[in-house]
Amino acid sequence: MNALNRHRALTAIWGSPRGWRGTAASVNHSDIGRRFIIAAFAFFAIGGVLAMLIRAQLATPGSAFVGSEIYNQLFTMHGSIMMFLFAIPMFEGLALYLLPKMLGSRDMAFPRLSAYGWWCYLFGGTILIGSLAFGVAPDSGWFMYTPLSSKTYTPGINADVWLLGVTFVEISAIAAAIEITVSILKVRAPGMRLDRMPLLAWYLLITALMMIAAFPPLILGSILLEVERAFGWPFFDPDRGGSPLLWQHLFWLFGHPEVYIIFLPAAGVVSTVLPVMARTRILGYGWIVAALLALAFLSFGLWVHHMFTTGIPHMALGFFSAASALVAVPTALQIFAWIGTLWNGRPELKLPMLYLLGFFLIFVLGGLTGVMLAMVPFDWQAHDTHFVVAHLHYVLVGGFIFPMLAGAYYWLPHFTGRARVPKLGEAAFWLIFVGFNVTFFLMHLTGLLGMPRRIYTYSEEMGWTWLNLLSSVGSFVMAFGFAMFAIDVALQIFLSRRSRRNPWGSGTLEWATPIPASAYNFASQPRVEDRDPLAADPDLGLRLARGEGYLAEARHGRRETMAVDITTGAVDHVVVLPGNTSLPIITAALTGSFFLCLLFGFYWLALAPVAGVIALGWRWAWVLGWREDLGPVSIRPGETAPTHREAPGAPGWWGSVFLLVSDAALLGSLLFGYAFLWVVAPNWPPPELIGGGIPVGLMAGLAALAGAALTRRAASASKAGPASSASRAAAGAIGAQAVVIAGLMFVGITELPPPGSHAYAAICWALLTYAALHALLALLCAAFLRARIGSGHVSGSRRLEASVAQLFGDYAGAATLIVLLCVLAPAVMS
Amino acid sequence: MLHRLCATITALALGGCSGPLSTLDTAGPAAASIATLWWAMLAGSAVLTLLVTALLAMAFIRRPRKVPGTSLWIGWLGVAMPSAILMLLLGFALGLGEQTIARPSTKTVTVEATAHQWYWHFRQPGATSAIETQNVLHIPAGRPVDVRISASDVIHSFWVPRLAGKMDAIPGHVNVLRIEASRPGEFEGQCAEFCGLDHTNHRFRVIAHDEAGWATFQLGERP
Repeated sequence: MNALNRHRALTAIWGSPRGWRGTAASVNHSDIGRRFIIAAFAFFAIGGVLAMLIRAQLATPGSAFVGSEIYNQLFTMHGSIMMFLFAIPMFEGLALYLLPKMLGSRDMAFPRLSAYGWWCYLFGGTILIGSLAFGVAPDSGWFMYTPLSSKTYTPGINADVWLLGVTFVEISAIAAAIEITVSILKVRAPGMRLDRMPLLAWYLLITALMMIAAFPPLILGSILLEVERAFGWPFFDPDRGGSPLLWQHLFWLFGHPEVYIIFLPAAGVVSTVLPVMARTRILGYGWIVAALLALAFLSFGLWVHHMFTTGIPHMALGFFSAASALVAVPTALQIFAWIGTLWNGRPELKLPMLYLLGFFLIFVLGGLTGVMLAMVPFDWQAHDTHFVVAHLHYVLVGGFIFPMLAGAYYWLPHFTGRARVPKLGEAAFWLIFVGFNVTFFLMHLTGLLGMPRRIYTYSEEMGWTWLNLLSSVGSFVMAFGFAMFAIDVALQIFLSRRSRRNPWGSGTLEWATPIPASAYNFASQPRVEDRDPLAADPDLGLRLARGEGYLAEARHGRRETMAVDITTGAVDHVVVLPGNTSLPIITAALTGSFFLCLLFGFYWLALAPVAGVIALGWRWAWVLGWREDLGPVSIRPGETAPTHREAPGAPGWWGSVFLLVSDAALLGSLLFGYAFLWVVAPNWPPPELIGGGIPVGLMAGLAALAGAALTRRAASASKAGPASSASRAAAGAIGAQAVVIAGLMFVGITELPPPGSHAYAAICWALLTYAALHALLALLCAAFLRARIGSGHVSGSRRLEASVAQLFGDYAGAATLIVLLCVLAPAVMS
Repeated sequence: MLHRLCATITALALGGCSGPLSTLDTAGPAAASIATLWWAMLAGSAVLTLLVTALLAMAFIRRPRKVPGTSLWIGWLGVAMPSAILMLLLGFALGLGEQTIARPSTKTVTVEATAHQWYWHFRQPGATSAIETQNVLHIPAGRPVDVRISASDVIHSFWVPRLAGKMDAIPGHVNVLRIEASRPGEFEGQCAEFCGLDHTNHRFRVIAHDEAGWATFQLGERP
């Protein structure tokens, strides 16, 4: 087969149909990645317009441009859009588009999940933006502090829009995090050891792992607050045993790691682009990876620095202050590794390099003001002033937008296949750079002169007039810069001349694909022997196109890509990926209608989309797999490997593991809430509310153990024993989980007061509901396993579904036991 | 030396640094020591920014030179230098914080501040009975005052920038903030935590009295 025929055959397998049908059904990572990037940029533009309205209002003292009501919506939505609809999705899009290409593979591990995440993001974002158009946008700040955001003080649906819309969008963030983690760990080109991965993959891996742990506290907090608003469960109400500070802890447990989640991918772009601009290799690869691990670890220990003024004892603050300051060390290490790389090479002042220099200057200033704010006494003054506004924009614009713009100019030829129009990009850079500094450098002083955040106007006597006017002028200059960037990109897409392959002379694998990239990325997958494979072998792209790598054969219409051993990169198995399907868009639409039902208060009606999502989830898993063993398939002349369903450690298994890790972080946050209220709220739990329920609880606990054991039994029997005994064990597991659910509900109804009466009852009910939902999930997994055993999809060698069902059974059992222990602890102790 | 330098800078900058809510135009010991911390950190940051900018610029100057190795970039500049600076700064700031927070003193006056949407309510013992005021807090100049801060509805924050840092007013909690005015005068206060529709105008005023004025106030008469 020659290169052209192979291209046609692979395109037939990997491509998407044209027209709206193809748009709705495509699961290709390049399509999804591009959509994420374009949508994120559109949301950035909307958020930017809101920022311009804010600056227009603040330009002069006593301005009557927008009133306080609109102004509160403006700053709440500006923050929320930039965080949830721009920064995170933008890096997700870049990761989805680039990762498989940099790792030498053909797609991400879970293509349908990427498509589902994309539709959730689009629909959730649309709900949020729609609220703005109807004038009911969230207005309690992007941090949504209770009690201001609770029903009493925000009676409209504004706060519900935020809680439900953001949670909907967060589904896509969790989906992307799991997908990125598993793709990096398993779906790489053979020979790519962990220490041969491009640095960006390391950055994205650590970012994704952080997301898996950091987003659940926010999701939990949003669920609890929404339940408080909708049903009156008083988690955050101090009059009924709750605490408003619990919300702040949950929010910043997410919120601080979030800052590094935004910064790390952009730093990864710096580590990728900068050595190419300096025509050398990065200095201190291993040190940088170590710094990232330290950063990820520390970032979970400093959320309290957002709460230095909440009355926490000073010595406790000292600990968080130290952790906040220490984060500067791994950051400084990277800064000097980059400068050292520039010294080692011969840097050229091309456009991406210009943006990187902008990044250095702005980000270093943001880092220094960050260290200042980490000092507790200084924060007592600067907290909630415009000094912090200046700081966070230096860090986020400097640490995210400038590297991303560098990355945009660096990778645009890959997206478009074209070279850029000269000069326009430089002009845009100077407008953005100068505009940014005029806006925000002065704002440090505005803050020190006492201008608080989130005030919609001020009087002449305050002495902030000139500073504010200059900031507003700067912000409009910056906006012109971004408009010019957008025009530049449009010109490049539509008018510019074709670019040659690998225009920068880079060493990473994404430049071994044709540009713009084909649907399948690589006609055959490389064997990686070097950290910069393309530098070691500049003709690699042509050799791969000729079919001199792995999986050069297009066969049976299957989307095949290689999976490797996590550390050594040795060939592990062949993953057969699902093709285009409209399941993701339909599932996302149903998920969206669930959120809309909740938003408009149709709580019983919301059960219909839940049932629909369960049915579609069943189908999602059902349509894959085979009724017969495929056996080892050829991957290269003389070499074979099993397919993923016949190999242990398939991506689906790893994905389930990381999903459950995230789920455990959610349970951990709920337990943190339980312990926090116990310690902080007075008279907690109130002795008169403590019930019994130990016998029923014990029974439910035993049933949970039986459920886990029977699922394990079904899994092992399906491997060796007769199908009938496996089927019986699975049926037993279904029964056991049903007993668990009944037992948990019985404990709640007979032994606990109504959840609306006291935060103790509410959080116990939340724990019981969590356990019951997981028992239901394990029940469905056992039922699915039973059905698949019956239909012949599970065999002695096709183990994937049994191993996943076993994971969920084990997790449900453990979760039920932990929940029962906590709920019954007061009864046991009294 | 450092103090004298800072005092000079403060004096020079004061023209641009004054204002009713300015944290740099200080009128109390807590605010003054925090302002000193700020000027010191500003000077240090300026030096570090110059260092980074110079190193960056030198990378672009093409000339044959001996390139330093990984140990200088990562070991010395990346790890050792920031660690040393941060340890020093942390120790200094922790000590400063300890000086600032409320601790027992015989001269202390205690007042209760309760934040509401959107006014401030103050209550303190007088010569005969408790004195309650709204949006104006009376304190004696030159004596430490412990403000016991709470809120009746949503979270607010008590902040008089010229006297001290801020402290949140949280429903269901009581937080204590030590403030002190070095001399008699009027100082503006502002709610610093977003508290809804009229957050912008959630203001109050602190009046620090001289000894005679304070005695008159405590008798419950308008001084």
